[in-house]
Amino acid sequence: MVVVDDLHVVYRVYGGNADKGTAATALLRLLKRQRRPSIREVHAIRGVSFVAYRGDAVGVIGRNGSGKSTLLRAIAGLLPAEEGMVYTDGHGALLGVNAALLDDLTGERNVVLGCLAMGMTTQETKDAKPRIVEFSGVGDFINLPMKAYSTGMGSRLRFAIASAKSHDILLVDEALATGDAEFQRKSHDRIDELRQQAGTVFLVAHQLSEIYETCNRIIWLEKGQIVKAGDDVPGILDDYLEASGSERRFRELAETAAPAGD
Amino acid sequence: MSNRGRLSAPGRLSGQPEGDGGTGTATADRPEENHLVPPGSLRDLALRNGLVEAAIRPPLRSYAQELWKRRYFISGFATARNIAMYTEARLGQLWQVLTPLLNAGVYFFIFGLLLHANRGVPNYLSFLVTGVFVFNFTQRAFITSSQVIRDTLPLIRALYFPRACLPLGYVLIELQQLILSFFVLFVIVLITGEPLTWYWLLIIPALILQSLFNVGGGLILARWGASIDDVSQLLPFLVRTWMYVSGVLFSIQTLASLRMHPKITYLLQINPAAVYISLIRNTLLASQRQAMPGSKPYNALTCHLYYTHLNDKKLVYDSAYCHPVVSQSALWLWGVGWALVAIVIGFLFFWRAEARYGRG
Repeated sequence: MVVVDDLHVVYRVYGGNADKGTAATALLRLLKRQRRPSIREVHAIRGVSFVAYRGDAVGVIGRNGSGKSTLLRAIAGLLPAEEGMVYTDGHGALLGVNAALLDDLTGERNVVLGCLAMGMTTQETKDAKPRIVEFSGVGDFINLPMKAYSTGMGSRLRFAIASAKSHDILLVDEALATGDAEFQRKSHDRIDELRQQAGTVFLVAHQLSEIYETCNRIIWLEKGQIVKAGDDVPGILDDYLEASGSERRFRELAETAAPAGD
Repeated sequence: MSNRGRLSAPGRLSGQPEGDGGTGTATADRPEENHLVPPGSLRDLALRNGLVEAAIRPPLRSYAQELWKRRYFISGFATARNIAMYTEARLGQLWQVLTPLLNAGVYFFIFGLLLHANRGVPNYLSFLVTGVFVFNFTQRAFITSSQVIRDTLPLIRALYFPRACLPLGYVLIELQQLILSFFVLFVIVLITGEPLTWYWLLIIPALILQSLFNVGGGLILARWGASIDDVSQLLPFLVRTWMYVSGVLFSIQTLASLRMHPKITYLLQINPAAVYISLIRNTLLASQRQAMPGSKPYNALTCHLYYTHLNDKKLVYDSAYCHPVVSQSALWLWGVGWALVAIVIGFLFFWRAEARYGRG
């Protein structure tokens, strides 16, 4: 379960042309406890509140820069809240688009280390390894360093590792977008499974059909604020489509698929 | 397709969240249609359901337990990194031994042959190589630990585990490398005429103490390096200074220019790097044990002769007749003390920032 209570997140970004600093200037700054010059603040999340329960899959949509990834990272506890608070009942696993966990190690070692890091025993890791490799579908590449992987392969293996264990919270940030159709179907099934194990899943995706098929709740962000949020997934998806100048289509799809719907 | 028509969410029709204690979204400058906020205070709801703040550090006890559970992760991480470190070099793992050897070679050339730092030190080659290898352990452990959080950011951001695993793993890597280079050291030591004795077994406790110290220091530097990028720029410079005052290249206790400054000699000798270096030298090298001040009854004349004739090879063992500044047993006590202080402070210091690693 996740409770986000009036969350504000502010990024501090170091300016591009800040001085690099020699050992001596670095020492001075340490002693004076000064901040580096040219820091800019970006107010990425401005007062977001919602509640997500165990078994929920929450889709997060919005344009680039609307704060989707920031929201997920704040839920994972990786970004401090400037104001407000995120409450969770456990630790999250956050899957982003960067392909590797430790990119100079082979896929196989990443699998083993990932499992051990998640707290599995050596035996559990040994048992889980063939399943993970199988699920990721990277084949012979498993023996190559992960920096040799394509983006799609990397994110498949990451997802396979992270989903090998049930998490209280699984945060998926566009990590599935680079996979092919077959992998997207597999990962959709896996997310459903994780939900049934009473985890909470968050999914950021620009492919709206992915959200439509996977999620039972949806949050539409714009400039760090919620435009619409609720469990009328097709309705909100359609509103979002309309706002970005496309045709509404999900309501219709939902009604043909399940006439008894909302 | 399974989720159409769900109407089960509590508070589905509660409307706007404004006005309930503490949770007002006052900054909203546009009407928001948020049906995922039940009425009432969200904070109360969270606390009622036993939730905790997302970015809060675990209590110390359970943190230590989690860490113990990850011991296979720590060793696996160290092994994997060790293998990956040299995969792209043509000589591969050979560099693990070659790097310290080349280092020792350079220092021997400069300090032994050009600057004559070897005056008054019996078996200077073994003395120097031992010092370089042992100091290199602490040096590498500290420098790599200061970078570990940045190095492993993707892993930290993806999965939850006690972050102390990472600096621990890095120190373990360096310990593995040290053990490897010790086999080279043993060969050098034996070739230069030192006997193989039971004293050598004391290397094990000495290395355990040094490892504990390195873990403690590594934890502190890992936290600093994670929050302040500048640490990794500054550290090599500090560590090199540390090396020059720790008697890696010369013998602190027999340095003539320090003879009149017992306080400085004392401080230099009890600094942790010097303590561990001396302990290992004294276990490994019989020549060091015999030349150690205090190992023979004090004799003012012989001692004075030693200092005035540093170039005389015949008198090189006569430092044994001088007063010791720090005795051998005191060295062991200092070794234990530094190790305990470092590990306790380091662990607490690192743990306190546990929730902040990987941010930014």
